[in-house]
Amino acid sequence: MTDLTSLTLAEARKGLADKTFTSLELTDAHLSAIEAARVLNAFVMETPDQARAMAREADAKIAKGEVGPLAGIPLGIKDLFATKGVRTTACSKILGNFVPTYESTVTSQLWRDGAVMLGKLNNDEFAMGSANETSCFGPVGNPWRREGSNTTLVPGGSSGGSASAVAALLCMGATATDTGGSIRQPAAFTATVGIKPTYGRCSRWGIVAFASSLDQAGPIARTTRDAAMLLRSMAGHDPKDTTSVDIPVPDYEAAIGKSVKGMKIGIPKEYRLDGMPAEIEKLWSEGAAWLKAAGAELVEVSLPHTKYALPAYYIVAPAEASSNLARYDGVRYGLREQGKNINELYENTRAEGFGAEVRRRVMIGTYVLSAGYYDAYYLRAQKVRTLIKKDFEDCFAKGIDAILTPATPSAAFGIGEKGGADPVEMYLNDIFTVTVNMAGLPGIAVPAGKDAQGLPLGLQLIGRPFDEETLFSLGEVIEQAAGRFTPARWW
Amino acid sequence: MSTATHKLLKGATGEWEMVIGMEIHAQVTSKSKLFSGASTAFGGEPNSQVSLVDAAMPGMLPVINEECVRQAVRTGLGLNAQINLRSVFDRKNYFYPDLPQGYQISQYKSPVVGEGEVIVDLDGGKTVTIGIERLHLEQDPGKMLHDRSPSLSYIDFNRCGVALMEIVSKPDIRDAEQAKAYVTKLRSIMRYLGTCDGDMEKGSLRADVNVSVRRPGAPLGTRCEIKNMNSITFIGQAIEYEARRQIEILEDGGQIEQETRRFDPNKGETRSMRSKEEAHDYRYFPDPDLLPLEFSQAFVDELKAKLPELPDQKKTRFVADLGLSAYDASVLVAERESAVFYETVLDRLDNRARDGKMAANWVINELFGRLNKEGRDITGSPVSAEQLSGIVDLIGEGTISGKIAKDLFEIVWQEGGDPRALVESRGMKQVTDLSAIEKVVDDIIAANPDKAAQVKDKPQSLGWFVGQVMKASGGKANPQSVNDLLKSKLGV
Repeated sequence: MTDLTSLTLAEARKGLADKTFTSLELTDAHLSAIEAARVLNAFVMETPDQARAMAREADAKIAKGEVGPLAGIPLGIKDLFATKGVRTTACSKILGNFVPTYESTVTSQLWRDGAVMLGKLNNDEFAMGSANETSCFGPVGNPWRREGSNTTLVPGGSSGGSASAVAALLCMGATATDTGGSIRQPAAFTATVGIKPTYGRCSRWGIVAFASSLDQAGPIARTTRDAAMLLRSMAGHDPKDTTSVDIPVPDYEAAIGKSVKGMKIGIPKEYRLDGMPAEIEKLWSEGAAWLKAAGAELVEVSLPHTKYALPAYYIVAPAEASSNLARYDGVRYGLREQGKNINELYENTRAEGFGAEVRRRVMIGTYVLSAGYYDAYYLRAQKVRTLIKKDFEDCFAKGIDAILTPATPSAAFGIGEKGGADPVEMYLNDIFTVTVNMAGLPGIAVPAGKDAQGLPLGLQLIGRPFDEETLFSLGEVIEQAAGRFTPARWW
Repeated sequence: MSTATHKLLKGATGEWEMVIGMEIHAQVTSKSKLFSGASTAFGGEPNSQVSLVDAAMPGMLPVINEECVRQAVRTGLGLNAQINLRSVFDRKNYFYPDLPQGYQISQYKSPVVGEGEVIVDLDGGKTVTIGIERLHLEQDPGKMLHDRSPSLSYIDFNRCGVALMEIVSKPDIRDAEQAKAYVTKLRSIMRYLGTCDGDMEKGSLRADVNVSVRRPGAPLGTRCEIKNMNSITFIGQAIEYEARRQIEILEDGGQIEQETRRFDPNKGETRSMRSKEEAHDYRYFPDPDLLPLEFSQAFVDELKAKLPELPDQKKTRFVADLGLSAYDASVLVAERESAVFYETVLDRLDNRARDGKMAANWVINELFGRLNKEGRDITGSPVSAEQLSGIVDLIGEGTISGKIAKDLFEIVWQEGGDPRALVESRGMKQVTDLSAIEKVVDDIIAANPDKAAQVKDKPQSLGWFVGQVMKASGGKANPQSVNDLLKSKLGV
């Protein structure tokens, strides 16, 4: 029955509805796959008992004809999402064995629609990273390898566990979060589809916060259609998150296969970086050609403030993070390292509990918010953010329906290869993705080809606020043209 | 109404003027907390009123409690202040165990309420106007309990997240009396509005007091802030002490260090808590979990239309409609409960135009005097508003004299009962029957021929006769009738 893991979510939905197999069989197949793929370190917590119980419940409902949109579909959950009764750590030592008494809004909507939880997925500590190397549970392996090489590559980050698990057929889809590219970059590194919806589309309630004004949940899946199905369940207004937006959730799946004829696709000249690898350039042109062939019109556009996005992002995100992470103080839950007085307790707990990258960002954030520096850094970065947002608004005001860019400046790299000496080398991974978070827009990464070493590359489509449907339609065109990519199993 | 002059302090080298500004923290009256649904009830078991948001569990988000916003707007309207239709919640970052989030959600650059003013009543009917700088909403922290264990501190998070209004005055206050009167007036306004119960013992109202001194008319001196005062009496004592301390330093050629101080009520002195250098850098920035707080002018107008009558308006009305003195009117309106009591008396009176002013005198002099003597407040008065209006009716219609009325008041205080029925059953009615009075008058004149003869030369001795007649009648004779009869009989 191992074939079951290679089905897409949409195919599995049909099989379950037709009673070709049961959710329990589907779930067991995935649990076996997870067990066999522990070397990838994608899961930090497997919940087989809960998975089987949920699968049986789904089967009972399917038997009664009560078929939820995701009935019986086994999923992986990024460890940033609070799961009731199941350890949730954000892959940080500081949360220790924290077990929430509550379920995040996004995951509770997945369970409402019948999905099955296989376990919790690895991620960069507090979602801070672009290679899934900062997790307290250790790095995640990318199921993709360079042709003829045994070197384990990173799956990208911070949703590295999600991307790796979906690409390695360990789960049919996964939840992820994206603050600066944490869904789209790992999707591009693993030939999966990842969408960061518009800020406010998914509730942030119950998701461990990194940078509140940038964080958004979204799915990573094997196909554009699967991602559309997952997002429909994950999205929606939540009165518990006042930044979530109260507009109806469309049937995203209906956008799959919809004609893109006459759509105006912007090609931003500022994304053509000096020294950009030729194969990225080629991929981008190919993507544009596919869209053109499908009837879309290509327009060169300008997003003049793009070059300021990354520096501004690395001020705003750490600033918010420094405040969001203040609650991990050893007083109420999680790790506590005793001290002679309260200040020592704080210092010892936070020094022991936070990894190097998290400490770095907390310090940067504290610095940029400090008296005397606030105006020069935080306030200025917020002004840049407004300008970036305006760049996009101007662009959409000219009738542009979506913008096509590369998803990442390179393919996946080896564990430990980047950022060791200079963290900025790692931060540059987010160069094409952070603008979207800064502007609060939806962005999708879809697999579009491979580099010379056989590693997957992705393209990014950026849409108007709350127009995820256009992204799904366009993503499907690329997927149809580029084909699907599955890694050869080596684990 | 006259504007008050303030007290100057005499130092060894001349006179000094105090400059005082206050930050009042007033707990918003609301069922649930500012950003969570947990109860705000006082006195619950420790940590029994704590939501996941209050405890700052991972992934929890604040949601604004609209009732707290309404209360802040109402209070702003009561302070004649600018209401800002758009304001912003900021995070004030610092580490302390009673602050689970590691930041307090407050309003820094854009408060919900801007500039306003309060007319403060001083002794002798004088007033002074104190400017309001701003009012903003913020979260209360939890409470540390240091006395449960020799080595550990415990924390009660019940208060954590309760809504506070921080009301910042302009540095318009000039002495301790004004400062005390300012807090009293603010408390009164908020009690009228029902936006803060003002209970200082329970911590519902706390004040930080900024004090500096200067030569009269000179530029502002360096200030010290006295933190967390929870008694109006202590506020007065702390200001007096702090001003004296600063004057001594300045007169000795020293300089005032800007610092935060604490008042020790046992020793009656202020002590340094932390210097300016030790002050926190709070790293304020807009809370990204919350949208800016925006509401319409219609929302404000609706709240404004439903505001109760406030003490200043009530005072003006009492003076204009009932002819009360400004002082009496301000005494009656100072506390909402007193005003309610007096207005209930007014409502029950048979003839409010005739007796309204007398009723005020009875409430202020007899009732408040007696309550003060016994250390009770108006809500625990043994004499109800209905009973008091009954007494005033009986005086006003001439059934009893003022003197008898005092006896009647005493009986009602001690024993209760309906005043009119008591007058009837105990024979306290004033005698207005002229023939009965005439007989007593004739008897007194007959018994005192010498004095009667002198009255023509010494008209002031008429009073002696009046007294004798009243005494003989047991106080029940109508004094006016006695006076008239005596005058005609004695030929005055």
